[in-house]
Amino acid sequence: MIDLLALCAFNAAYADAIDSDALEQWPGFFTEDCHYRITHIENEREGLAAGIVYADSRAMLEDRIAALREANIYERQRYRHLLGMPLVQRADAELAEARTPFLVARIMATGQTEVFATGVYQDRFARQDGQLRLQSRVAVCDSTVTDTLLALPL
Amino acid sequence: MHNDIQPQPVHWSGPGLTRIPFAVYSDAQLAADEQVRIFRGPVWNYLCLEAELPDAGSYRTTFAGETPVVVVRDDDGEIYAFENRCAHRGALIALEKSGRSDNFQCVYHAWSYNRQGDLTGVAFEKGVKGQGGMPASFCKEAHGPRKLRIASFSGLVFGSFSDDVPSVEEYLGEEICQRIERVLHKPVEVIGRFTQALPNNWKLYVENVKDSYHASLLHMFFTTFELNRLSQKGGVIVDETGGHHVSFSMIDAAAEKDASYKEQALRSDNDRYRLKDPSVLAGFKEYGDGVTLQILSVFPGFVLQQIQNCLAVRQVLPKGTARTELNWTYIGYADDTPAQRKVRLKQSNLVGPAGFISMEDGAVGGFVQRGIAGAADHEAVVEMGGDAAVSGEGRATEASVRGFWKAYRQHMGA
Repeated sequence: MIDLLALCAFNAAYADAIDSDALEQWPGFFTEDCHYRITHIENEREGLAAGIVYADSRAMLEDRIAALREANIYERQRYRHLLGMPLVQRADAELAEARTPFLVARIMATGQTEVFATGVYQDRFARQDGQLRLQSRVAVCDSTVTDTLLALPL
Repeated sequence: MHNDIQPQPVHWSGPGLTRIPFAVYSDAQLAADEQVRIFRGPVWNYLCLEAELPDAGSYRTTFAGETPVVVVRDDDGEIYAFENRCAHRGALIALEKSGRSDNFQCVYHAWSYNRQGDLTGVAFEKGVKGQGGMPASFCKEAHGPRKLRIASFSGLVFGSFSDDVPSVEEYLGEEICQRIERVLHKPVEVIGRFTQALPNNWKLYVENVKDSYHASLLHMFFTTFELNRLSQKGGVIVDETGGHHVSFSMIDAAAEKDASYKEQALRSDNDRYRLKDPSVLAGFKEYGDGVTLQILSVFPGFVLQQIQNCLAVRQVLPKGTARTELNWTYIGYADDTPAQRKVRLKQSNLVGPAGFISMEDGAVGGFVQRGIAGAADHEAVVEMGGDAAVSGEGRATEASVRGFWKAYRQHMGA
């Protein structure tokens, strides 16, 4: 049985990987054949499928990190994720579905911290080789507006 | 003590288009004048897509510059637009971003309007129990929010507050019309909307869109994957007014990799970078002319984008002197197959606030805005490719940026 504590521990490790700039670890939280999307509540409500990030494989997530490291140019910044308690909607030995609220503050090179995004992760977890992994994570932002740019993943 | 320093009008050092006073990006009076002379002047402001107003009563709220606007389809099938401002006290008439409505009623004192923006009802107009009410001389027909003229072109809905603006076809000119029709040649549908808040003056973003010089220098993703080499076949079209432009390129995959970058050892060239899942760039051929990239802008703040199969319209809205909202509307064709739609969704990783080839544009305007904070009496240099604002081949030019300033100065009388 995938339990609440396991999901909490997973999310804590996920957030720590991003917030501590261990971005290369981030794709490893997903299954090879995964879905990851960042969108907002209005698109979700209207059933509009596009995301500002849209990936359907772990390799695409690896490419995004490679692009951030090698290709894209953006001001130095980091995140602080505060994740709420997962609301477990379904769980058995191999699969779980949960909704977890997030608040992400962005700390810019200038030293200024601002709330960058709030929303909810709509997740589907699977246990593979004894490891919990995300088959799908859709980050549904509350705001329809993204300030300046979104470089690091949510 | 009092401060007797008067605000100085923005000073242009000459009639040419190669020197841009930095004060144009921060001057409050100029920003107010732009609202009158440009956005409420003789221009066509992009408002929405016809596809977003499918039925009688479908409406969207948007902006012409900073002026709030309601766009709505009436029973006669026609599209109307009026200022989103109650004729009574000036409150917003419609609060939602979109919806469907038989009529509109201001929440403050319940004055009501039909879908064409006519004032049709004044609450307690005849008073209550013989007391109060509007004077008998009050004429509802003489009051109402300002109406916009509407013009639709290829499914794009434009609005103008001006009676003097030419027809939209004449405003756009033949070449721009053709380039719009090239992309919007059959019905589209919206597949997502995103807003990006830019920390800079609106003109810095419009210039960025028109600036084909920066593309392969700032956006390394583009260059690495050979989407936008300066040596590729392509060019820039600048219309007669200067205000509209098209930048396009045609990829020749068989062409040998251009060596000029390596010789110059530019940061843009990075051989180490290869995608693990190149399906993000996998596309399909859908235009017979071989053009794989077309960025088109219409003065003052509209962009139509075709990057491979990734289609979007962008609306540039000023929000004060140092903030801009960029509304991205991602579109596909109504008759897309599921596989084609999937391609568009995956290629959308290229654009938008997190786009592999566009995220830098969200920040670079802010770098300018912050950089020029103490330099209102200095000016930018826009001389790449000479001093003209005309169409040409190759994209190592700022011709279409100069075109923007040609149109801007014309409208502003500057």
